[in-house]
Amino acid sequence: MTTHPSPAVIARYTDRHAVLDEVTAWSVEVHLEECTDCRALVAQSTEDDSRDLLASIAAGVDRGIAAGPAPEKRPGWAAARHRWMVWRLAPWLIMTVAVLACAVGLEALQPSLPSLVALLAPVAPLPAVAIAWSRRQDPAWELIAGTPAAGLAMLLRRTAGVLVVVIPALAVASTRTQGSLALTLLPCLAFTAATIAVGGFIGVRRAAVTLGTAWAVAVILPAVVTAELPVMLRPGSSGGWAIVALALGGLVVARSENFRRLTSHD
Amino acid sequence: MRTVSAAETAPTTHPWAVHAEGLRVRAGRHVAVDGLDLALGTGVHGLLGPNGAGKTTLMRALATVLKPAGGKLTLLGEAVDGRGDLRRVRRGLGYLPQQFGFYPRFTVREFVEYMAWLKEMPKTAIPGATQRAIDRVGLTAKAGARMKTLSGGMLRRAGIAQAIVNDPAVLLLDEPTVGLDPEQRLDFRELLRDIGVDTCVLVSTHLVEDVVAACSDVVLVSEGRLVYQGTPDDLVTQGGDGDPGDSPAERGYSALLRRHRAEAGR
Repeated sequence: MTTHPSPAVIARYTDRHAVLDEVTAWSVEVHLEECTDCRALVAQSTEDDSRDLLASIAAGVDRGIAAGPAPEKRPGWAAARHRWMVWRLAPWLIMTVAVLACAVGLEALQPSLPSLVALLAPVAPLPAVAIAWSRRQDPAWELIAGTPAAGLAMLLRRTAGVLVVVIPALAVASTRTQGSLALTLLPCLAFTAATIAVGGFIGVRRAAVTLGTAWAVAVILPAVVTAELPVMLRPGSSGGWAIVALALGGLVVARSENFRRLTSHD
Repeated sequence: MRTVSAAETAPTTHPWAVHAEGLRVRAGRHVAVDGLDLALGTGVHGLLGPNGAGKTTLMRALATVLKPAGGKLTLLGEAVDGRGDLRRVRRGLGYLPQQFGFYPRFTVREFVEYMAWLKEMPKTAIPGATQRAIDRVGLTAKAGARMKTLSGGMLRRAGIAQAIVNDPAVLLLDEPTVGLDPEQRLDFRELLRDIGVDTCVLVSTHLVEDVVAACSDVVLVSEGRLVYQGTPDDLVTQGGDGDPGDSPAERGYSALLRRHRAEAGR
């Protein structure tokens, strides 16, 4: 803040007949913009006719505000903002939860089978994550892709929206069966991170399809056929899953500029 | 009345708001923009060209939605062809895509506010800027209506409102006059002239008379290359009586295209 101009200078500034050189007038004006006390001084030293004028302007503005339309009510648009997400994702999330419920039911009916919940946990969030970052599903993708907010932060926010539903569902499903909680949730997080990391290179939708298919063919199918839980889902492997999830998360953050533009595969 | 910040009055350090040198952009596998050189400053530029000339692909590349396959592209003094951070440039962009998707449940105000939020405008500035943008396109009476209840011309105007909400330094409008009735088109031309005083506006259109009426500069592209850049008056002088077209400007347009095709065919 500049030093306060002397009252004499302010008096000359407000008196329209007094002579004040331009440079001093500028410095007073710059100071007045940020100093309430000096503005009050200026207001006091104005003449009666200017005060009358200001009062009539204030009254006019008040009248205009009272006569004009009421200000628009602020909608709860934190909710509105994600409305599209909620509607587009709802069917996929409902499907995911339904499949998990079926897995719980099958486990209860066929205890000889390996834990289906644990086998399905890694791929459970993938369909919804693919939908959350897809140009086919988002009608305004072209508008959004050109905004500064588009990028990893937006993808992570949408993924979080998916996980908020999928993780509690998995937790409930795994406590209903004999599977371990860590070996249900950690693979789920690791696969989500892997989808996003690989998606940075080949597109999130393609990454989800590739990883989901690979897991189904390489792990779920043999496990169901041999009726034995695969090595990576046996107790003791949760540390490995945690490390994989962290490493992939780091890769995602390091390559965050991959998500600045939607590729044609998304 | 508001205080003008130093950043707003600072001189620009770039000669052109949009500068492309040998720009190549792919649309799928096809190279739609092939070696385009373009320099645009402040003013309203009309982008003309036959179907398939690469206008929309060029617009997408300028909006930073598509990544150029080659050449140099500089927007507001920052290179946007590489892996650089696009956020700063994107904050200064306004873009209306040709196929303009929207969320049908949003009201016009919610939609424009959401786009302003995505453009990372200061939270306190969003409601005022939204109202101003809606007023400028003449949708004040429809601000509370849901997007799905709007007619085609109103949707187009809502799209223009979201493009200008952040007072962009580069405004890209792809076919903005589609669906507007003649009176609205006159209003729109007025708006363009108004915005073009201190902004670089690029309007892609098929209507030669729109360009002549509202633009300070004509850019003609064909097969992904720049054919002609000049003033509308200059475009008029390019045409002779023997060229097809109903107005002098249309005759100039078809004469330029014919000449270009004849040269390319040789």
